[in-house]
This record gives sequence, structure tokens and C-alpha cells, in this order.
Amino acid sequence: MVKEIERAGLPVVHDCTVTPISLTVGANRIVPTIAIPHPLGDPAQTPEEEKKIRRAIVEKSLQALQTEVDGQTVFKD
Amino acid sequence: MEKIKVIHYINQFFAQIGGEEEAGHPVEFFPGEVKGPGMAFNQAFGDEAEIIGTVVCGDGFFNENIDDTTEKILAWVEEQKPDLFIAGPAFNAGRYGVACGTMAAAVQEKLGIPAVTGMYVENPGADMFKDKVYIASTKNSAAGMRDAVKVMAPLGLKLARGEEIGASCQDGYIPQGIRVNFFEEERGSKRAVKMLLAKLAGKPYTTEYPMPAFDRVDPQPAVKDMAHATIALVTSGGIVPKGNPDAIESSNASHYGEYDITGVNDLTSDEYETAHGGYDPTYANEDADRVLPVDVLRDMEKEGKIGKLYDKFYTTVGNGTAVASAKAFAEEIGAKLKADGVDAVILTST
Repeated sequence: MVKEIERAGLPVVHDCTVTPISLTVGANRIVPTIAIPHPLGDPAQTPEEEKKIRRAIVEKSLQALQTEVDGQTVFKD
Repeated sequence: MEKIKVIHYINQFFAQIGGEEEAGHPVEFFPGEVKGPGMAFNQAFGDEAEIIGTVVCGDGFFNENIDDTTEKILAWVEEQKPDLFIAGPAFNAGRYGVACGTMAAAVQEKLGIPAVTGMYVENPGADMFKDKVYIASTKNSAAGMRDAVKVMAPLGLKLARGEEIGASCQDGYIPQGIRVNFFEEERGSKRAVKMLLAKLAGKPYTTEYPMPAFDRVDPQPAVKDMAHATIALVTSGGIVPKGNPDAIESSNASHYGEYDITGVNDLTSDEYETAHGGYDPTYANEDADRVLPVDVLRDMEKEGKIGKLYDKFYTTVGNGTAVASAKAFAEEIGAKLKADGVDAVILTST
């Protein structure tokens, strides 16, 4: 899905936990997330803390979208 | 002759511990035990080989702790000194496929013990590991267990005995990109004419020279002005309005959903849930923002960090869904977003 949307002419950032799959499939901008059943959250934290974590991942995703890449790139910390 | 000793790796589902709710089940080793598909393997081995222990791990646990879990399993396997390591088969289960491929490759590479696994050709684990280990080509669901064992057991025995492995079409594994020479019974001209006749008659035929599929897309240029950009959310995590109004299937989805989020600032458990059947839905059902971060993007929209969160989100279930379906959904979604002036997309996956 990432590839087809990118092919349509839009930069896509793939937020996912199992980044090796994303690399195999062919996403260009990849941001690692927390866990498979809750990629952008952490139920072990307080709701406030959890939202901070989510915000950090979204900010990193937006940063990735503003970064020129010439191939597959995983945006780690 | 002494029996070939086999260690078998399976997930929580095939060990009958549980389904998705047990995907976080930590890795465990059961020396001397045969579980689930291990029974079928033992039967297929007859007097030639036997399973001497079974490693069980939740698919979520493995994928979230790949390095530590791999080390742990390697230590157990090394201690048992088997002649062969079998993982799965994983069919079309993505995380299970990654786990099976990772372990089979690690055991073979680090311990020098031959390994075999089995997967459906579209399993992401197949592409990742097909050039590292022999992956028997299986059907896309556990209904294909009997056929999978029929291919994996003899392939495994051959590997354990150090016998020569035939071409992928002979021994039933997913092609590794390595050419294996053998004599065909019919000469080339005859085979070519047969193929041509089949093609002209619209009958199925198998090419002897498949073209490699290098499907890569060049990255699009970065967003220059995020403060004025429209960002759209897309997910394969199955987030849908409560009640799943378009009945997106929990696996092998046949369609995607398009839902308006104008004025929605937060995905609450009263209004949204997940339709996905391939991960424990507890956390997404409690708070769908954990999969589709509408709340955070609304905040950032208000703060002027982004221009706008696009009015609609697109969603499907990426659980055993055919690559061809996902491709078709995303072609439509991409065209709609582009036509509607969206500048960039955040696509989340579970």
C-alpha cells in the first residue's frame, strides 16, 4: 500500500513495528513504532504519558516526510 | 542407523496455547515434547528421524524481541545438538513467517545445523529469507498443512543427510535465485511449442524463464512547507467506525473503508474499533488513536505545525490480505488523495 500511494505521487511515511517487513516490501521512509497491537501507544503508561509518546512518533514521522531520501531510510532515534 | 534428531519451532497458535490474545506469549522450550504440527512431521519421518524438542513462542513476542529471543533459542538448540531444525510452516501468517525465517536462518548460519521452514509465497518472511534457507512453498492457510509436511519432511531429511538438493520445482521450495542444472526429458523445441500451444488455447502453462519482479518505487520529494501541508492518515490496522459499517473482513480483506473525520478530535472507544483479526484488538478497541493518531494530528493542526489533517481516513485489514488486493486498494486511495490535494501520507501498520 505504501508503494502504490507513493507511486501516485505522494510521499508516504510508514509507521510500523516490524521494520524488516517494511524494508522488504519497499517503503522508502520508515519510522519504528512501539508494538504490533499498539504501534502509536503504550497502555502501560498513563494516558498523558502515552499521548506524549504518540506525539513523539508523529513528530518523527512528519520530520521524515520533510527529509529528502534517495533510498529506503529507517528514521531511528 | 541412528535417527536424525530434530528441533521444531512453532508459534502460540500451533502449540494450542491461544490465538491473538496469546501473541505476547514468551518463548519457551519443551525438551522431549512434540506439539501440534510436530506430530505430522514425526509421522512423515517414520523411522528416519524424530523431534526431540519443541520451541514455542508468541508471534508478537518474537517480533518485538527479535534479537534476545533468537539468542535464547540458539542457546537451547546448541545444547540439544540436533541434526535438523524445522520452523513452522507459517503459511501466510506474516509475523510467524518472519519468526520462522529468522530462526531457521540463524540456526543454519550460527550453529551450522541445516534448517528448513515453509511459507506461502506472499508471506513477507519468504522474501526476507528465501535466499538464506530452504523455504517450502505452502498454501496460504493451515488447510495446507498436510501438503506442507509432505514437502518439508523429505526436504529436511535430505538436508540433514547432506544430500544434494534438486531444483526448486523438483524439491518444492521457493526459488532462491540459484540455478540448478538438470536434464529435462523433452528437448527445448518441443517444450516451447507445447507452451505456445497452451498459451494460444488460453490454457495454463509454466514459463521456464520467469522475469524477476523488481518492484521498487522512487521516493517522492520531501514536504517543503509542513505548516501549510495537508496530511492524510491511512492504515492497514483495520480501524473502523464502531460496528464496522462496511464489513471489512478480519482477514484477507476484499475492500477498504473511507471514513470522514471532519470535526473528530479523538478516536474514542464509543465510536471506533478495529476490524483486524491478526493482532490482539484489546488496545486498539480501548483507544484507536494507538493505531491511527488522529488526536495528536488534530493538536498539531491547531498549533499550526501542519496545515490540515485531511478530512477522511482510509483503512483496511492487512491480515493475510493478498498483495494484489492491497495494491488495488492503494492505487485507488493514492489517486483520490492526490486529486484532493493531499501533500503527504502517514500510513500506520500493526
